[in-house]
Amino acid sequence: MSREDYEIVIGLEVHAELSTKTKIFCSCKTAFGGAPNTQVCPICMAMPGTLPVLNEKVVEYAVKAGLATNCEIERNSKNDRKNYFYPDLPKSYQISQYDKPLCIGGNIEIETSNGTKKIGITRIHIEEDAGKLNHDDLGGGSLVDLNRAGVPLIEIVSEPDMRSAEEAEHYLRKLKSILEYIEVSDCKMEEGSLRADVNVSVHKKGEAFGQRTEMKNMNSFRSIVRAIDYEANRQIDVIEAGGEIVQETLRWDEVSGKTFPMRDKENAQDYRYFPDPDLVAIKLSEEYIEHIKNSLPELPESRKKRYLEEYKLSEKDAKIITSSKYLSDLFEQAGEISENIKAVGNWIISDISRILNETETDPIAIPFDAKQLAELVMLIDKGTINSSIGKKVLEELFENPRSPEEIIKEKGWIQISDEGAIKEVVLKVLEANPQSVADYKAGKDRALGFLVGQAMKETKGKANPQMLNKMFVEEMKK
Amino acid sequence: MNITELTVHELQEKLKSKELTIVQIVEAYTQRIKEKEPKIEAFITLQLEEALTKASKLDKKIANGEKISSLAGIPIGIKDIICTKGVRTTCASKMLENFIAPYDATVMEKINAEEMISLGKLNMDEFAMGSSTEHSYFKKTKNPWDLSCIPGGSSGGSAAAVAADMVPWALGTDTGGSIRQPASVCGIVGLKPTYGLVSRYGVIAYASSLDQVGVFTKDVEDCAILLNVIAGHDEKDTTSVDVGEKDYTQCLGKDIKGLKIGVPKEFYGEGINEEVKQSLLAAVEEYKKIGAEVEEFSLDIAELSLATYYIISCAEASSNLGRYDGIRYGHRAKNYSNLRELFKNSRSEGFGEEVKRRIILGTYVLSSGYYDAYYKKAQQVRTLVSNKFNEAFKKYDVILTPTSPTTAFKLGEKSSNPLEMYLSDICTVSVNIAGLPGISIPCGLDSKGLPIGMQLIGKRFDEETIIKVAHAYEKQTKFREKFRPTFKEGV
Repeated sequence: MSREDYEIVIGLEVHAELSTKTKIFCSCKTAFGGAPNTQVCPICMAMPGTLPVLNEKVVEYAVKAGLATNCEIERNSKNDRKNYFYPDLPKSYQISQYDKPLCIGGNIEIETSNGTKKIGITRIHIEEDAGKLNHDDLGGGSLVDLNRAGVPLIEIVSEPDMRSAEEAEHYLRKLKSILEYIEVSDCKMEEGSLRADVNVSVHKKGEAFGQRTEMKNMNSFRSIVRAIDYEANRQIDVIEAGGEIVQETLRWDEVSGKTFPMRDKENAQDYRYFPDPDLVAIKLSEEYIEHIKNSLPELPESRKKRYLEEYKLSEKDAKIITSSKYLSDLFEQAGEISENIKAVGNWIISDISRILNETETDPIAIPFDAKQLAELVMLIDKGTINSSIGKKVLEELFENPRSPEEIIKEKGWIQISDEGAIKEVVLKVLEANPQSVADYKAGKDRALGFLVGQAMKETKGKANPQMLNKMFVEEMKK
Repeated sequence: MNITELTVHELQEKLKSKELTIVQIVEAYTQRIKEKEPKIEAFITLQLEEALTKASKLDKKIANGEKISSLAGIPIGIKDIICTKGVRTTCASKMLENFIAPYDATVMEKINAEEMISLGKLNMDEFAMGSSTEHSYFKKTKNPWDLSCIPGGSSGGSAAAVAADMVPWALGTDTGGSIRQPASVCGIVGLKPTYGLVSRYGVIAYASSLDQVGVFTKDVEDCAILLNVIAGHDEKDTTSVDVGEKDYTQCLGKDIKGLKIGVPKEFYGEGINEEVKQSLLAAVEEYKKIGAEVEEFSLDIAELSLATYYIISCAEASSNLGRYDGIRYGHRAKNYSNLRELFKNSRSEGFGEEVKRRIILGTYVLSSGYYDAYYKKAQQVRTLVSNKFNEAFKKYDVILTPTSPTTAFKLGEKSSNPLEMYLSDICTVSVNIAGLPGISIPCGLDSKGLPIGMQLIGKRFDEETIIKVAHAYEKQTKFREKFRPTFKEGV
């Protein structure tokens, strides 16, 4: 049989770090990148006798995520202990939620090449993150950093509704964008604040679902897509060769582009879940849920609609801009400052998106702010620079963000709009290119473009292109 | 005047009238500890020098006319399960032999706020698992009434130290009877408050849904005074409950005429020593004399509770004790060749037999495939037990039972038979299962001269009533004036 006879089934378990200021069960800071074990206290270090106190913000954020993904919010929920030994897990159990998660039964819509599709969300629950093991370069072995221990997470479990790596990517992008919009997670994949466990199975079309394998802790879109494609093909190969798929946890190796079975830790563990007796049940009132519902910010769908109507953006452009809350905010803020939202939109859709793609940068990591982008747009509108210099300024903004005004002064990129100076260049170019002049006069309009190009070269791109055009035509008429 | 024989309220009077200084009190206790501790072995860590320094500072404060707490300078002993900042907190385990707590438990903050003076950390069964204090890694504490007998457990050090007048009162913890049973066999007063009345923050967890801090005192009045200090809601313990300010001394000396006492006949049946039974029946007669209405009724929960207790407490313990993994603090094995061995060897070496037994039991009952049959079933029985108590409390104000089925048994008598040891808790565990308050007070001696204790069980957060009822009996019978520990060398 060929690959086309198989269907791929994908489900994702996404872990998102919540952007609360303090940890889930103590008042330690959650900030990323602190020196090892500087954001710890007796509670998150699991000193004997300490007790957890649930951070209310964590519940609020999880409920927000639930509401934004059309989940039912459970009025009665609880925390459970997941028991296992590992040096990065100080209590030897993780406080999580087992059979009564905060949110259940939601869905989100994704756009695929075959139109829109609903992906079901089984559940969203709250839990604490573990610490981190660092290799000890001096002494050998490992050192434990507990700064991350107790950082709040939500785990969002999807239904096995995705049928291709493309759909999985769309789902994850959409989910990420929603979490950013409602401001519950900054979703920085490179810092591990958004990561996914990917479940993949294959079966012959028309038959029952196959046995699944799970790839843990994936934190880039690229590797998720690659890993799904690889793993689905591997499973098909196994089945085609008459073999069977074993349910197991795999590790995706980015370098070799292959999956490998993980060693004992995750396979066949009995976590001995039971309700955490240190924490009281979580009871949510109707008023509380209603209050959160009313305080939810505008979601990407509704922003997109607004952009279509208010700014007459194309469907495609509106989708690109609203794909990230950060881009969308940049668009609106820079649009307001510059009073030219159309131009701002064009920059975002074209050059900014291109640079982000090329450098595999997340919009949230854009180093410049709305004011700087607005200034760039305004400099072009005023004719201080032309748009090709604008592109150079943009690149400079990515490199070393500062005021565009400063950049062009420093680099000497101010557009030459002085008639005398332009005329001098035009005459010089005309004199050096008699053949082109002759061509132009013979009716070959393309020659004009060549001449303008030469003049631009001469002025290092700084000449005002409209003025050049006009003057060349005038001079050659003479 | 023998200072160390005084109750705390008596000491307070002597301090107020300037008959005594705090230094005199602390010195008297230091002397008493030097005399008796070699025989009793109640302490794991002593803080005598530090205590004397604190005492003279407080005396200076008094001399300067500074305002101090009414309990300032009163010595106290602390069960070594309660974290004390800068002082070794071992839980009587090799695992925490050198563990110095980096913070104070909430109850310690309250004790310190009153400027009480801790004389030391008291012996116990390792991680509070046991009924004889024989499971301590460090030493075996003896019963001051008979040095060949156990002082009860797990808070045996606390009970023995108070009974031997080495501290005027002490803190302990009670998960299945660990305050009431040792208080009973040492002839003193022991109170386990309602689950949630006292903060558990900083109290090393054995079984989180059952553990509760309580007090050992020489009389009921002191019990009310110390409960006033430690009770109260704590933001750091979400299972603690805010019941508002209460003064438990207000119920002392109040009349109990017409008060209804229920006597559950199942607590007076098989397995209860005859002398204990007789002593309890005599107590019933005393109560009738002072106007209480006593009625026998059926409360068939003791055995169910014991089974439930050992499932729930071991399940929780197996998880609570996971943190002792040799990674961050506590004992770490010297020899290991990989991570698994580091965990395994550290825990094998650091924990004693009984702790290991309960961890294994707890791990088993939580395992997939067994969870429903054990843990889940136990939780259902727990609800059943609570309901049966609720039913009973519709009719009675308090329930009267023996505290312990026997008086103090000999050291070594039951240490090789865990099941028999577990039966020591038969009268007390149901109170923890239902989260109720219980107090044990002495009600007589057996023919060997060992104290017998009776237990009064109250409604949730109704400590007032059991304190009132206990106090009325104490006033009537004057046990303490009649009997004193003899420190006899048993056979």
